[in-house]
Formats: sequence, structure tokens, C-alpha cells
Amino acid sequence: MGLLRQAGTEHAPAASASASAAAAAAALAPAPHATTVVALRYADGVIMAGDRRATMGNLIAHRAMEKVFPADRYSAVAIAGSAGMAVEMVRLFQVQLEHYEKVEGTTLSLEGKANQLAQMVRQNLPLAMQGLVVVPLFAGYDTGRGIGRIFSYDATGGHYEEIDFQATGSGGRDARSTIKLGWREGMGREDAVDLAIKSLYEAADEDSATGGPDLVRGIYPLVAVVDAEGYRLVPEEEVAERFGALVARIQAERAR
Amino acid sequence: MSMPYYVAPEQVMKDRAEYAQKGIARGRSLVATTYDMGIAIVAENPSRSLHKISEIYDRIAFGGVGKYNEYDQLRVAGVRHADTKGYAYSREDVDARSLANLYAQYLGNVFTHEMKPLEVEILVAELGSGDRPDQLYHIAYEGTITDEERFAVLGGDAETITERVAASWKADWDLSAALKAAVAALAGPDRTLAPGDLEVATLSRGNGRIDGRRTFRRIADEELALLLA
Repeated sequence: MGLLRQAGTEHAPAASASASAAAAAAALAPAPHATTVVALRYADGVIMAGDRRATMGNLIAHRAMEKVFPADRYSAVAIAGSAGMAVEMVRLFQVQLEHYEKVEGTTLSLEGKANQLAQMVRQNLPLAMQGLVVVPLFAGYDTGRGIGRIFSYDATGGHYEEIDFQATGSGGRDARSTIKLGWREGMGREDAVDLAIKSLYEAADEDSATGGPDLVRGIYPLVAVVDAEGYRLVPEEEVAERFGALVARIQAERAR
Repeated sequence: MSMPYYVAPEQVMKDRAEYAQKGIARGRSLVATTYDMGIAIVAENPSRSLHKISEIYDRIAFGGVGKYNEYDQLRVAGVRHADTKGYAYSREDVDARSLANLYAQYLGNVFTHEMKPLEVEILVAELGSGDRPDQLYHIAYEGTITDEERFAVLGGDAETITERVAASWKADWDLSAALKAAVAALAGPDRTLAPGDLEVATLSRGNGRIDGRRTFRRIADEELALLLA
């Protein structure tokens, strides 16, 4: 009897704790995490930007990770969270949008795309509960209305349309504050790109998991523009130049 | 009581082939030809929304003639096959040859095992890259597959149209010349086809969509009128 009880008590926690065991395993072998991404609306569409650092615990896993992707011609998706899950989610999302377009002969509406992504985030909920969270940002140019629109997500698949800007990831708070202070209705492309770059700079200044500009290796944040002409990346040389200008401005302000 | 009766297999196949040919001949034809920048596909099709020509993958296009519901089902299966393969492996692992073989096997199976054969002919066109040439696969209703590197004609009137295209075909002609010749071949000497009667698409090198990987593009309205003028 005592033996049975002993066996029983030993067995029960083992069975019920499979979830926490997986979480513990994840903690033992930490997977890379991607960090800060931002999106902001401007006069002709949206700007999306992300730093390039992926961390694994207190280590830097990657210095040149890409976190901003084209979802299709008129939309972009940026990721924060567990890098492996997130990149795979983006890959599947891209295939699904293209598949829909080819089979139906027409593209999904921007809201349709946002809903589709929400379902994928929700499907990831069991893994999110074990620590493998994926929190994307989705933004695009609404060809019907002629404006840029931004959608943010939480780990449960909840998605919310943002009015002007949003940031997510470990440095998201600092990035958001920076954008909040500098954002104006009807900003031009140059100002908006500068603001996105500044927000990532400030986030990297406060958050160890967010990478700043890497002048030694020449690695800069990825900045993408989505407007009536579609998705395209801001050339790396332009981002580097704007970073140079930003640093010069900050130095001049400190010297005053 | 009904008597079981014997029909020679030759007769069964002949009847089926005749049935399929009749069905295909009722529809309009399609011409695909290579030109200096890629592949142009032209079909006689007054509908703006029910397509005969479609995109399958980055460098692969689909063309179908005959019964719409039957070839459209094949088109969707092709898109699914290509997208699944590209997702599971890599985009460059998706090729037209395997897709054309899949269509050939399916059409062949239906032709021999089902009561009714499919009344369709299928074109799978692939834009070449590197040392791979442009490729046109023509799959007939009974699963016969032929590959062409110059041009292909699908549909009931294929023989006469083939003669007309062959007479005017030139290597490395430009898009406008290729389209004019294809349209003239489809129309024949007694008819003229307006841009509104045509469905035209190309797979072309230098179509920059997103990162330039999707090469399929439809040509319609003013752009088509301009090219045919």
C-alpha cells in the first residue's frame, strides 16, 4: 500500500508537469530571441524598422539577424520573440498570402492579412505558454483607402489596429517613447525614417538585448518602406548616413 | 435480363479519345511562344475574370484549354503542389518538369480508368535561368507529354495554328512581334481579334515584383493594344 502510494505520488507530478518540463528544457538550452521592432505611419504609407541583434540569455546569438520581412507586395511583417518560431511563422505567412493570391486570382485585403496572421499567432499559444513567444507587428499600405495601417499583436493572437505607431520587443518601450515625442501627422519619408532610426538607437541605449549600429562590422538596422509602390528596403548606405547624422546631432547637443 | 456484352479495349479508347477531342475542339485555342525576354502566352478568351492562363510559381505559368472547371481544378492542384514543395524545400527546387509529369500521370490515369476522360489540354511553361533554357510542356487529354523549346499550340484547331506560327516564328523576336504573330495565328486569315478578345501573360526576365522573383505578369487593356498596334 505504501509502496503504491509512493509510486503514485512519484508518477502524478511527472505526468502533469510535462509542460513545465519543456519550459525547463527551453531554459536549459536557450533559443535565440529577436528584439526590438517598430512601425510608424507617415504621409505616403508606413515605415517598419528592426534592430539586428538576437540574444540567447545574456549572450549575443546573432549580430545581423533580419527581423523585417515583406509579407507580400503591399505589406510587411516584423518579429519579436523566439527567433526560430518567428522566422518560420513569417515564412508560412508569406506562402499563405501568395497561395491565396494565386488560387483566388486576387489579393487579400489588408485586414484579411492581419486576421490570417492573428490565427497563426494564436496557434502558437501552447508553445508561447512554454516560453516560445512570437509577437509580430504587421503593417501595410491599404490600396483601397490609400493609407498606411499598422496592426499589433499579443501572444494569444489578439490583434489591435494602431492609429499612428507601435513598437514591440524588449526595447519596445523605449522605442515607443522616442517615436511618441517625435511623431507628427503627415510626416515626410525622410523624417519618418530618421525617427525610426532614432527610436532604435534610444532602445539600444537602454536595453541590452537591442543592438545599436555596429560601426565596426557595418551592420545597421533594417528599415523598410511600404507605400503605393509597394514594399522596399531603405538602402543600407542611406541608413548608415542617417545614423552618422544622428550621432553628430546628439554630440552637438551634448556639447552645447 | 440484360446480356453482358463485350467491347474491344481499342474501341473503348477510341471512343474516349473522340469524346475528349470533341470537347476540347469546342473551346478556343492558346499559343505560347518564347521571345527575347522570356515566354509569352496568348489565349482567345473574352472573359476578364475566368482565366485560361495563370501563375503557378516564380518562373512557372499554367495554360489550359477545354472545359473550364476541369482545367481550373488542375491549376489549383498545381499551385498547391508548387507552394508546398517550395515551402518544404526551397524555392529553387520547384520545377516545371515534375509538375508536368504530375499532370501527365493524372490525365493518363483518368483517361484509362474513369468513365469520362478530362476534356482539357494543359500547358506548363517555365522561364529558364542560368544554363536552363525556356521550356514549354504540352500535356494532352490522355496524358501524352511533349516538350518544346520554341512554341506550343493547344486546342482544337492546333494543327492549322501550329502551321501558321511555324511559318512566322523567329528566334529572339521581341514581345510585340511575338504577340502580333501569335494573335494572327489564332485569328486565321478570315478573322481579326481585338485586345478585348484576348488573354495575354508573360514570364519575363526583368519583371521586378518584390525582389524580382515572381516573373509572371498579365498584359491587358491599353498596354496590350499598344503592343499589338
